[in-house]
Amino acid sequence: MTTTNVDETRAVHAAVNDFAMKLANVNGTGSASANSLLMQAIFRMGVPVSGKNLFPSNIQGLPTWYEIRVNKSGYTARALDYNLMVAMNSQTYAEDIADVAPGGYLLYDSSWPLDPDMLRDDVTFLGVPLAKMCLDNFTSPRERVLMKNIAYAGVLVALLDIDLEVIATLLDESYSRNEKLLASNQKALRLGYDYAQEHFTCPLEFHVSPMDETTHSILIDGNTASALGCLYAGATVTGWYPITPATALMDNFAAFCAKFRREPVDGAVPGAPDSYRNNYLILQAEDEIAAIGMVLGAGWSGARTFTSTSGPGISLMSELLGLAYYTEIPAVIFDVQRTGPSTGMPTRTQQSDILLCAYASHGDTKHILLFPANPGECFDFAVKSFDVAERFQTPVFVLLDLDIGMNDWVVPELTWDDDFVPDRGPVLDDQDLAEMAEFFRYANADENFVAARTVPGSDEKGAYFIRGSGHNKFGTYTEIPAEYQEVVDRLKNKHASAASYVPAPVVIRREGATVGLITLGSCDLAVREAADLLSDQGVAADFMRVRAFPFVEEVRRFVEEHEHCFVIEQNRDGQLRSLISIETGVAIEKMHPVLYYGGFPLSAHQVVTSVTETLEKSR
Amino acid sequence: MKSPTKPIIPLAVLPKNELGLTVRDYEGAMSTLCAGCGHDSVTAAITQMFFEISMPPRDIVKLSGIGCSSKTPTYFVRGAHGFNSAHGRMAPIATGANAANRELTMIGISGDGDSLSIGMGHLAHLMRRNVNMLYVLENNGVYGLTKGQFSASADIGSRSKRGVANVVAPIDPILLGLSMGATFLARSFSGDKAQLIPLLKAGVAHRGLAIIDVISPCVTFNDHEGSTKSYRFMREHEIKEIETDFVPWEQEIAMPRSKDDAKEITMHDGSTVRFRSVPEGYDPRDRQKVEDYIREHRERGEVATGLLYLNEDSIEVHELNNTPDVALAKVPFEKLCPGSAVLAKIQESFR
Repeated sequence: MTTTNVDETRAVHAAVNDFAMKLANVNGTGSASANSLLMQAIFRMGVPVSGKNLFPSNIQGLPTWYEIRVNKSGYTARALDYNLMVAMNSQTYAEDIADVAPGGYLLYDSSWPLDPDMLRDDVTFLGVPLAKMCLDNFTSPRERVLMKNIAYAGVLVALLDIDLEVIATLLDESYSRNEKLLASNQKALRLGYDYAQEHFTCPLEFHVSPMDETTHSILIDGNTASALGCLYAGATVTGWYPITPATALMDNFAAFCAKFRREPVDGAVPGAPDSYRNNYLILQAEDEIAAIGMVLGAGWSGARTFTSTSGPGISLMSELLGLAYYTEIPAVIFDVQRTGPSTGMPTRTQQSDILLCAYASHGDTKHILLFPANPGECFDFAVKSFDVAERFQTPVFVLLDLDIGMNDWVVPELTWDDDFVPDRGPVLDDQDLAEMAEFFRYANADENFVAARTVPGSDEKGAYFIRGSGHNKFGTYTEIPAEYQEVVDRLKNKHASAASYVPAPVVIRREGATVGLITLGSCDLAVREAADLLSDQGVAADFMRVRAFPFVEEVRRFVEEHEHCFVIEQNRDGQLRSLISIETGVAIEKMHPVLYYGGFPLSAHQVVTSVTETLEKSR
Repeated sequence: MKSPTKPIIPLAVLPKNELGLTVRDYEGAMSTLCAGCGHDSVTAAITQMFFEISMPPRDIVKLSGIGCSSKTPTYFVRGAHGFNSAHGRMAPIATGANAANRELTMIGISGDGDSLSIGMGHLAHLMRRNVNMLYVLENNGVYGLTKGQFSASADIGSRSKRGVANVVAPIDPILLGLSMGATFLARSFSGDKAQLIPLLKAGVAHRGLAIIDVISPCVTFNDHEGSTKSYRFMREHEIKEIETDFVPWEQEIAMPRSKDDAKEITMHDGSTVRFRSVPEGYDPRDRQKVEDYIREHRERGEVATGLLYLNEDSIEVHELNNTPDVALAKVPFEKLCPGSAVLAKIQESFR
């Protein structure tokens, strides 16, 4: 008999609009569309929900899981306690059965018998002959495989009381151009639904009940939202190299540009190939070195430009990131972080490029980093990143991770102010140059330690030779210590002064808190939930989510104010904790690391357990 | 230390071009290369070329990588923006600069270390993309700034200053270009300004990437007996069977017609490249014949120069991507941002 994997010290409950399920599949068999259909239907029923795809770096045949958490209070971080397991992969039966919370259910394909040794007496096993049903009802081999997924979705629709009309509409929308496929999907859904109604007590005690919590929300992944932000920010040139999990960012940007960046040519016949021009140029580079090189060339020439990559790409880009930093060229780099080091686990999430990006390249360098926590912030921060890059004439990194980039999140509708004017930073045009006696590239820095630049094609007076070799404030070559130091000292000040331009930390305070929880990025929901759970246990904790580097003064104060400070992040070495210590001067021992870095998204329970243990030890 | 600048001495006698500028207006800072360096002759040819075609300095953009040759963009056209980038990375940076502003005339200066070792992957892809720029490869077979190591263009058997013979196969940028789909491939010699200047002009006129491999001897580390990139070797082994004139379109009528067998290729801007003499059966548009010709001479220890290959029917990167005639960097924001109504519409698909 299998025993539970679930931590038995923790009460596991499930209720209407408060449960979690996990769907275990074989990748490449078409389960993804069935799983997202369910998640989308719950979203359309107005109930807060999240879906996390835990998938292998493989095209077909390896185990893959999808987790759905439904929570009326909006706690939609990864759950870990699965009230319902959909076990469709015999390779992983043992661990999937062990993962069900006591009192939970497991749905399996009873076309084949389940090994009685695997059964658990605290779990209800629901067998549905899915493969047999599909064999009897469909003729093509492909449909017999694919429709099994929709059939189990039909079973779940019955078990969880998911609105059939919502499902029907979603299928209509997905297959509006393929009537035959639509009919097959409808049939398969019905097969599962009817079987469940006939053989099980439907719905289960935990199920979905309509709410109106998602009326002004959308379901979107971070790669798509970032691409939209780049479209709206006015980016025109990109250089990129395909890499998981960042590829979809550029794919989406290309798709948006194809729709919204085609300018009709006056007088041309509509629809003809020469009837429009593309107000964008996407360059698929030969490697990430070239990708960032293209971005530098375009940024230097005055275009808004970006690249999207992941950790291995940042490693390759490091040389030219130093060039951009030292020559002061605006550039935006999206790093959709995955599990490192080296190739690591390309389809698993991590926050392990923080220090790499903060100090990318040889010599003394320091970069501006933005840390969006969800796709909504991806859109806003993408727009912001171009303003910051041009205002400060320097690379700006937007650090997503795979969880944000590739999973669909429920976030408030994106908004756009039509009065928005991009901040292009100090750039001199011909008229400005005409009014100057002489132009020197780095000589007249403003209050942010930024000197106005010119772009190629400017009046001859503004021409200069930009160089990564040692230069003085006039932009000319130097090997004189004082002249060299004057420039690099200004760069340090410039970085520091960006603190007030970048998104401020989000702080949530609780009465009498002596504990402080510091986190970033996609840990947000799990840590906020953890703070609530700790509060239920009598531990009042203040919460701070840093949203950018350089840090504002408040970050240092927050650490100093709390007797016990925890820094929660998804990497082995506590990179945010180190960065805070290095950059604010607070002792690193002041902050306890809470680290989760196995490659799956963080859960609140992991935070609570770690914090509670540490507090008990310190008593 | 500031770069030494050339004193600007007004001389009334200097001829002026169509813009009323003299050749001095196309000069830059004083060269800090060794006296007699081949690169300085190339710089002089480039200066003269831009003067002669009356290119407004502000319309020129200069790029380079790292190395002796990459220092030279400071030494010409002071009124143009320049980018001394990173070792081997000029090609992608130029690609991005050209993507953002196609209105400017781009010239890239690189060396054999920069182009054929650390940056060869980038050069190959620059050729594939056919970025519209003139790419001058100042080729001396050695790493000068690090004191004389062989570069990837050094011939087998060519001797270093210490007398050691190179044993690894050389990379020929022209043969590389032929296999990568490059559209303009020329070779010249820094000591032959009369040949180099028309080639540079044709390279500027070419729509797409124009590569000119200029054998440019390193007087300090590779100009000795036994070197195949020395002045003497070039004087003795250069084969100039292919001779071309570059005829700007507005001068077409004034020029005397060439011999009956001359081949003419009309450039995209209406100017003409006229092949004054070519060997029997040679066709500068036939990749295979060009390759055979170069290899035959190479096997005899000779260096064939001239405009070796030209394909004016090619499509450059902006044409491939259907971008507007105006620089993307100048497209106003209002045309780039779809606005709130569109955003609301897009979001209908996210429900």
